[in-house]
Amino acid sequence: MPNFIDRRLNPKDKSLGNRRRFLKRAREELKRTIKEHVKTDRIADVDAGHKVPMPVGGSNEPTFRPARDSGDREYVLPGNREYTPGDRIEKQGGGGGGTGSGAGTGKDEDDFQFLLSREEVLDLFFEDLELPDMIKLSLKEAVAFKPRRAGFATSGSPTNINVGRTMRNSYGRRIALHRPGRKAVEALAEEIAQLEAEMSLDASKRQRLQALREELDVLERRRRRIPYVDPVDIRFNRFERQPLPNANAVMFCLMDVSSSMGEREKDLAKRFFVLLHLFLKRRYDRIDMVFIRHTDEAGEVDEDTFFYSTQSGGTVVSTALEEMLNIIRERYPAKEWNIYAAQASDGDNIPRDSERCSAILNGALMRLCQYYAYVEIIDERETEIFGSTDNGTSLWRAYRTVDDKWPNFQMTRIARPSDIYPVFRKLFARQPTMQFRS
Amino acid sequence: MAKSATSQLLFHSSDWNFKTLSRAYDGIETIALDELGLNVYPNQLEIISAEQMLDAYSSVGMPLMYQHWSFGKRFVFEEHHYRKGHHGLAYELVINSNPCITYLMEGNTMAMQTLVTAHASFGHNHFFKNNYLFRQWTDANAILSYMEFSKKYIAKCEERHGTSAVEAILDSAHALMEQGVFRSRRPPRLSSKKEQERARERLEYEEQTYSDLWRTLPRSAERPNPEEAEREALERKKVLNLPEENLLYFLEKNSLILEPWQRELLRIVRVIAQYFYPQRQTKVMNEGCATFVHYTIINRLFDQGKISEGAILEMLHSHSSVVFQPTFDDPRYSGINPYALGFAMMQEIERICNNPTSEDRDWFPHIAGSGQWRETLLDAWANHRDESFILQYLSPALIRKFRLFLLTDQRNEKYCEVAAIHNERGYRAVRAALAKSYDIGANQPDVQVVDVDLLGDRQLRLRHNIKNGILLEEKERDATLQHVRHLWGYDVSLVGIDAETGKVRYECATA
Repeated sequence: MPNFIDRRLNPKDKSLGNRRRFLKRAREELKRTIKEHVKTDRIADVDAGHKVPMPVGGSNEPTFRPARDSGDREYVLPGNREYTPGDRIEKQGGGGGGTGSGAGTGKDEDDFQFLLSREEVLDLFFEDLELPDMIKLSLKEAVAFKPRRAGFATSGSPTNINVGRTMRNSYGRRIALHRPGRKAVEALAEEIAQLEAEMSLDASKRQRLQALREELDVLERRRRRIPYVDPVDIRFNRFERQPLPNANAVMFCLMDVSSSMGEREKDLAKRFFVLLHLFLKRRYDRIDMVFIRHTDEAGEVDEDTFFYSTQSGGTVVSTALEEMLNIIRERYPAKEWNIYAAQASDGDNIPRDSERCSAILNGALMRLCQYYAYVEIIDERETEIFGSTDNGTSLWRAYRTVDDKWPNFQMTRIARPSDIYPVFRKLFARQPTMQFRS
Repeated sequence: MAKSATSQLLFHSSDWNFKTLSRAYDGIETIALDELGLNVYPNQLEIISAEQMLDAYSSVGMPLMYQHWSFGKRFVFEEHHYRKGHHGLAYELVINSNPCITYLMEGNTMAMQTLVTAHASFGHNHFFKNNYLFRQWTDANAILSYMEFSKKYIAKCEERHGTSAVEAILDSAHALMEQGVFRSRRPPRLSSKKEQERARERLEYEEQTYSDLWRTLPRSAERPNPEEAEREALERKKVLNLPEENLLYFLEKNSLILEPWQRELLRIVRVIAQYFYPQRQTKVMNEGCATFVHYTIINRLFDQGKISEGAILEMLHSHSSVVFQPTFDDPRYSGINPYALGFAMMQEIERICNNPTSEDRDWFPHIAGSGQWRETLLDAWANHRDESFILQYLSPALIRKFRLFLLTDQRNEKYCEVAAIHNERGYRAVRAALAKSYDIGANQPDVQVVDVDLLGDRQLRLRHNIKNGILLEEKERDATLQHVRHLWGYDVSLVGIDAETGKVRYECATA
C-alpha cells in the first residue's frame, strides 16, 4: 500500500522568491525596456502588464561549452532513406545534417518574451521619478470598491441573512401548504383532553375521541413535514462591489512640436503626461485625452502624431490655448467634466505672444480647469542657471504671474525625470483648491 | 453477466479518486513484483497541480530546492512555453529517493494515472534501486534530508550574509557544475557529522602547530635550479592530489579566500551535481526500462480483464506518442528519442530471448533463444549505463528498423560524409558511434586543475584536454574563468592541449 499525499493544498507561488531574485538581477535591462515601452506605448497603456524580451545580460549562465564550429564530430541519425556509405552532404550553416538536440533550444531562449505584471512595470517606471513612497502606493493600488446593498440572494453567508424577508417567505409557504397553525393543534388537544377527562364515554364519544386523535396525529405529522422555516425561504442581503463614486475627467496634453523639441524633450514630456494620466486614473472612471500640438498654429491630433511627427514653423503658444478653449466649449462643458491640462514646452515663444497666453489663462481657462501643469524642459546644463530664479524665457515670466494668482496652477522646469514629480505635488496635497471652480 | 465482467475492473470512469488510485496501484504491484520480479523502494505518490509541476521543472526536478534566480528564469521560460502550447507538461515526475516519490498531475485521467504509476513508481523506481551507477554514486536514503538541509542552510546564509553575497557564490558554483562531479573515482562518502568532526580536529591541529616565526625566515634569493623546481612542483601536486578533475571539489578544499559557509555552498552544488550525474548517463536505459515496464503491465492488466478497452486504448495512444521517433529530416526531429530507443531495445531483448533469428544467434549467442528475457533485462538494468548497454545490446535488426546511419563532420571539410549505414559493414560502426554519443564523460569538455603554486604567484593552472579538436565557446569560456577566479581568489589560467598531438591549441588567463 503506497503512501498517498495530496500536495495540491500546499501553499502556492513557491517560485515567487526565485522570480523576484531574477527580476532584481535583470533590473537594469528591464528598466531600459520599460523606458522604451513608455516611449512607444500609448499613454493610457503604460501601466498595463507588459511583455518584455528575456534579458540577456546579467542573466547569462556561462559554462565551459563546446564551440559549435570546431572539431570533428560524428552523428548517428535515424531515418536513412537513400544514403549509402561515401555520400556527401553539403553542410548548411556550419551544422551537419542534424546537430542533435541542443541546437534548437539555445535560440529559443533568446527571443522569447515574458510577462511583467502591472505592479512590476510600475515599480520600474517609478524608479527614477523619485516619487514619495506614499504616492507610489496609492498609484499602484487598484480601484477602491464599496459594498452596496443590491437586493436579495438565495445564497450567502449566515451573517447576511435577511430575517424579515426570510420570515415573509416562510409565512407565505406555510399558508400555501396549509401548515396547521399552533392554535388549531392546541384547540384539538384541548378537546381531546376534555374528552379523556370524562369518566365514562359512550360509543359516539369514544368514536369522536378516536377521530380527534387521528386528526391530531395527521396535524402533527403535517407540521413535521412542512417545516416552519425551510431552506428555500432563506434570503440573504446581496451586496454589490461598487467603485467609489467617480466622475469623468478630460486631460489635455499640450505640446510644442516645433523643431526645437528634440527626442530628449519629447521623452521627458511623455513621462510627464504618463504620470499625470496615472494620477488621474486613480481618481476617475473615465478619462478622455485630447492632444493638442502647436507650432505657430495649433491643432488637435491623435496620440501617434502628437509624439512622432514633427512640424516646422515658428512657435505661437497662445494658439494652443485658444484651441483648448474651443474644444472645451464644444465638447467638454466644465459643468460635466473635470478638466486637467498639462503643457510641455521648451519655453520658446514669439515675442509678445506670452502676454497673450497669460491673458487667456487668467481670463477664461483657469476658471475652467481643475488643474493646470506647465513644464518647461530645459537643458541639464541650464538647471544651475535657471533652477531657482524667476528670470527665464518670456513665456516663463508670463506664466509666473498666472502662478501667483491661481492656486491650481503649477509650473516647473525639468531637466531630468526626477524633476517631474514636484509638479504634481500640489495635485496630491488634497487642498481645497479642488473645489475652486464652484 | 455484465455486472460480473465489470466488477473485475480496477476503475470505471476516467475520473480518479484516492480509492481507485489505490486499487490500481495494488493491481500493478502484483504484476510488477510477482511476474516481472522488480525490486523497488517503498512508494510515495503525491498529487500536484500544473503550477507545482512547473515549479518542479524549473528547479531541476527537486521538490526541495534552494532559491536562486536562475530557477526563476527557468520557470518563466517553461511557463511561457507551456502557455503558448509549445509543449505540454509531463504526466509525472519521479525522484530517486527512499521512499521513492512520484508526482502525479491532478489533470490526468484515471487511465493515465494507472499508466504513470506503472511507469514511474515501478519502472523508474526499480531502475533507481538496482542500477549500479545509482547504487554506487547516489544515496537515496539521504537525498531528501540533504536537500532540506541545503535549502535551510542557504536561506540562513542569505539572512546572515545578504542575498547578493550568496548569489555571487552560487552563480560561480553553477558555472562549474559540469566540472563539479567525480567521473572516474568514487566520491568520498562520509556522514556529514563524521566529516565535520574530522575537519574540526584538523583545524585545531593546524592552529596548535602554527608558528608565526616561520614567516620571518628569509626567502632564498637565488633562483632554484630547474631540477629542484621540478621536484618541488611534483611534491606540490602530490600534496594537492593533482591533477584534479572536480573543480568544485578542489576549490572547496583549497581556495585561498573562501569562508567556511562559502565552501559549504560549493559543496551543496557539487553534491547535487553528483547526484544527477548517474541520471544523465542512463537516460535511454532508465526511460526504456520504465516504458517497457508500463507497457508490459498495462497489457497484463488488460489480459486479466482489470482495465477496460477504452482505458487501454487511451493508454496505448499515449504510449505510442511517447515512443514516437521522427526521422532526421522531419521538422519535429530533435535528436534520438530516449523513450523510443530504450523501449525498442528492451523489446528487442525480449524478442531475441524468445524468438531469435539466425542473425541474432550470431550476434548474441549468450542470450539468443534462452527464453530468459526477464533475467536478461533485470541483469542489463542493474549492470549497464547507456553507453555500455548500447554497445552490448543494440541489434542489427533494430539498426535496420530505425534506419540509423553515421555521419562524420570534419572541421575543415565543406560537407558531411555518410560513413556507415544499416548494412553488414556498417552495423558495428553505427553501434559504436551511437554508444559513444551517450558517453557523457567523453563528450563534455575535460577541464582539470593541473598546478598551483601556493607559495609563488598563487596562479591556478587549468588544462583543457581537447578531444577531436573541439574547442570551447570563447565568450563563455572567459566568463566561466572569471567565475573560477572569483572562487579561487587569484588569477587563473587555462591552456588547451590537443589530446592526440599534445600541441597547445590556445592559452588564456584572467586579468
